[in-house]
Amino acid sequence: MTRFFDSDVFYAFRTSPVAICSLVVTVLLVLSAVFAPLIATTNPFDPASLNLMNGFTPPMEPNAFTGERFWLGTDDQGRDVYSTILYGLRISLFVGISAVLLAMVIGIFLGLLSGYVGGWTETIIMRAADVQLTFPSILVAMLIFGVAKGVTPVEYRDQMAIWVLILAIGLSDWVQFARVVRGATLVEKSKDYVAAARLIGRSPLAIMIRHILPNVLSPVLVIATISLALAIIAEATLSFLGVGAPATQPSLGTLIRIGQGFLFSGEWWILAFPACTLLVLALAVNLLGDWLRDALNPRLR
Amino acid sequence: MTKPVLSIVNLTVEIPTRRGIFKPVEGVSYDIRPGEIRGVVGESGAGKSMTGNAVIGLLDPPARITEGEVWLNGRRIDQLDAEGKRRIRGGEIAMIFQDPLTSLNPLFTVGEQLVETIQLHLGLSATEAQKRAIALLDRVRIPNAKERFHQYPHQFSGGMRQRVVIALALCSEPSVIVADEPTTALDVSIQAQVLDLIKELARERQVGVILVTHDMGVIADTTDQVTVMYEGRVVEQGTTSQILGAPTHAYTKSLIAAVPRPQVKLRRFPQVSYGGRDTAFKIEDLARNWDRSTTSKSGTLLEVKGLTKRFLEKGAILPSHRRYFTAVDDVSFDIKDGEVFGLVGESGSGKSTVARMLATLYPVDGGTVTFDGQEITGMTAKQLSAYRKQIQMIFQDPFSSLNPRMSVGDIVAEPLAHHKLLSRSEVGPRVRELLDRVGLAPDAYRKYPHEFSGGQRQRISIARALATQPRFLICDEPTSALDVSIQAQILNILKDLQEHLGLTMLFISHDLPVVRQMCDRVGVMRQGKLVEVQETSALFERPQSSYTRELLDLMPRLEQLSEKEIADLRT
Repeated sequence: MTRFFDSDVFYAFRTSPVAICSLVVTVLLVLSAVFAPLIATTNPFDPASLNLMNGFTPPMEPNAFTGERFWLGTDDQGRDVYSTILYGLRISLFVGISAVLLAMVIGIFLGLLSGYVGGWTETIIMRAADVQLTFPSILVAMLIFGVAKGVTPVEYRDQMAIWVLILAIGLSDWVQFARVVRGATLVEKSKDYVAAARLIGRSPLAIMIRHILPNVLSPVLVIATISLALAIIAEATLSFLGVGAPATQPSLGTLIRIGQGFLFSGEWWILAFPACTLLVLALAVNLLGDWLRDALNPRLR
Repeated sequence: MTKPVLSIVNLTVEIPTRRGIFKPVEGVSYDIRPGEIRGVVGESGAGKSMTGNAVIGLLDPPARITEGEVWLNGRRIDQLDAEGKRRIRGGEIAMIFQDPLTSLNPLFTVGEQLVETIQLHLGLSATEAQKRAIALLDRVRIPNAKERFHQYPHQFSGGMRQRVVIALALCSEPSVIVADEPTTALDVSIQAQVLDLIKELARERQVGVILVTHDMGVIADTTDQVTVMYEGRVVEQGTTSQILGAPTHAYTKSLIAAVPRPQVKLRRFPQVSYGGRDTAFKIEDLARNWDRSTTSKSGTLLEVKGLTKRFLEKGAILPSHRRYFTAVDDVSFDIKDGEVFGLVGESGSGKSTVARMLATLYPVDGGTVTFDGQEITGMTAKQLSAYRKQIQMIFQDPFSSLNPRMSVGDIVAEPLAHHKLLSRSEVGPRVRELLDRVGLAPDAYRKYPHEFSGGQRQRISIARALATQPRFLICDEPTSALDVSIQAQILNILKDLQEHLGLTMLFISHDLPVVRQMCDRVGVMRQGKLVEVQETSALFERPQSSYTRELLDLMPRLEQLSEKEIADLRT
């Protein structure tokens, strides 16, 4: 631990206001998502707690019928926008992080394999990656989502929606991990410590996992952070288009879709607050990723 | 005495870091007169290059000159702004860098680069500039200068490229040239030619040259004046004959003593004993529990017959359309039990490829390798496991041969754990013992490779190689990335190991004096072929092939030793 606090990366962090701000914002948002049940005023997923009479209450004003006040107002169903954002943030972050983890595992495995083994294995994996890159990733995700939805029985669809989202975004995102890991593996493979391990007689799998993997992880960390922002946006986009999280379990994207219907009828708060939350989250994570890339790249220092 | 063209007075460079101010150059002063070559010598990190960079205004921020003055032709230049420094750089002061590949732009022809520089500095017309450029190429002895004028840098060999760089440096008719390790990347034969050229041009054009180098042989051959630097300070300076003949400072003395001599074989390498960095090495303890029961019956441990390696140069789906480059061509030799066999040759001669084939890192394309009576070419991975325990390798680059993400303890333990030579609880103590034996402090166990210097890393490599108690050790240029003082320590460790443990070694090097000290027999390689194999002393005294003779002639020599001096060295 002292090694970490003494490291150049931590020093670069301490002296960068942008990095500190974006980390603080990210951590705050993650914490409020994790502790949503504790800090939310209502549970928006529980239909019993909703009162339709509370619908369309503007922020900070008393409702015309019930007299109740809501910090950020309510939507058409009478759901408290503040609570829905917290719960929506939960789903957005969960889907984003899980999808990136899935993409990372697939990408690292295929990247290591194609970089270390080479030959036909490499050709097949990297050509498949090239083909996938010719489609916009959101299109790939929608395709996977559509197929997966088609094969799940109707009664499970809403339950499965989150997992299908993770699968769709994860599968559409592995390519960049695989490419970066392959490139780094090619560099590491030619170094003498790998030759030394081969000379000892270690198996290719042991060399890949024990020797090469730890040395290619820092670029992976950078892409993972930047991908996280993209995955959150991808989830929001899919949900906005109506192919993502269902209205009963709204994510930030679902909230924005619901809100945009009311924008021109004067109920701006239903759209504005979830959209701002998404913007702040994506921006903070992205800035963090950018900073991490610069901090870990010795050539830019 | 003529007036100096360049004077450096009490120059200090500082780099502010997180842990206080670091002074890579401190109070350095020297003069350069027209036509004079000043060698600046010292170990890596001694501040030699940093001084040169400070003079030409190429310090990377945050490094900056905090004290001292630089005078060029009676004008003070250290306080000029960026624009003023830029004018001087490449104008009155020209530069020659180590790597001729990166100092030329690959997208322009050699001629275009020369003409551009000439026009920029001398303001000549295009045709005049071209005439001048061709004359310059001719002057640096590039054959067919007129035709080669239109060629691109990649069409030139390393030595030719460095000549072009020299021509480029001369374009602006400079009064001073800073040459930073100009021949380090070149082979011995080409090194000699390039150094001669620099010497000749300095005299002819009355240019002062600062020659930064770590090689005492280069100093002896080329320079008029020498400045010896140690940890940012000048420890001694004077004329070359004075410094080499009668050094006064202890560091200079040990630096000169540490240079391996080709003339005579010594029992041990003299070490640089300055700054108290010589670490003890307790080989005797290691020998006590070394398993020596396995000696081969025939006396020959390794037999190589017709070894061949081809690399694919141009791939194609049809085998008949593929083009190959033969890196090792029908090489045969044998190594006796307990012998140190040397392989020498210039870069690209295939010596490292031979080593990697013996280590089973490259597949063999032809020929056989027999180890202790067993043919290992064509063995399955499982059968090879037993062979791998017996053979280990020490690599050239100590910075890439250790996994940066593994602790030193884990690195040395890996072969033990993999071959299951010891039980889990025994591995730790054995690793600590090995580290101790190669002269590393006990706290090395938990540290990571980046916390060690090049020489210490090479010790870790040796500890790892010794872990499985191998019989055969391959050393591929084990010291060519190290300073001369560290080189002596590492070579002494290897020598002791060989003597006390009865190790058989394949020692690969391009450095002939080192080979003379280390090896019993030597093979000379050239373009993939083995030209000559001889006993070491016979090879040095009566070389059979003309190529070996050529190599021996080109070897930079420190001085001709008298009979008495040889006798002194022996004791």
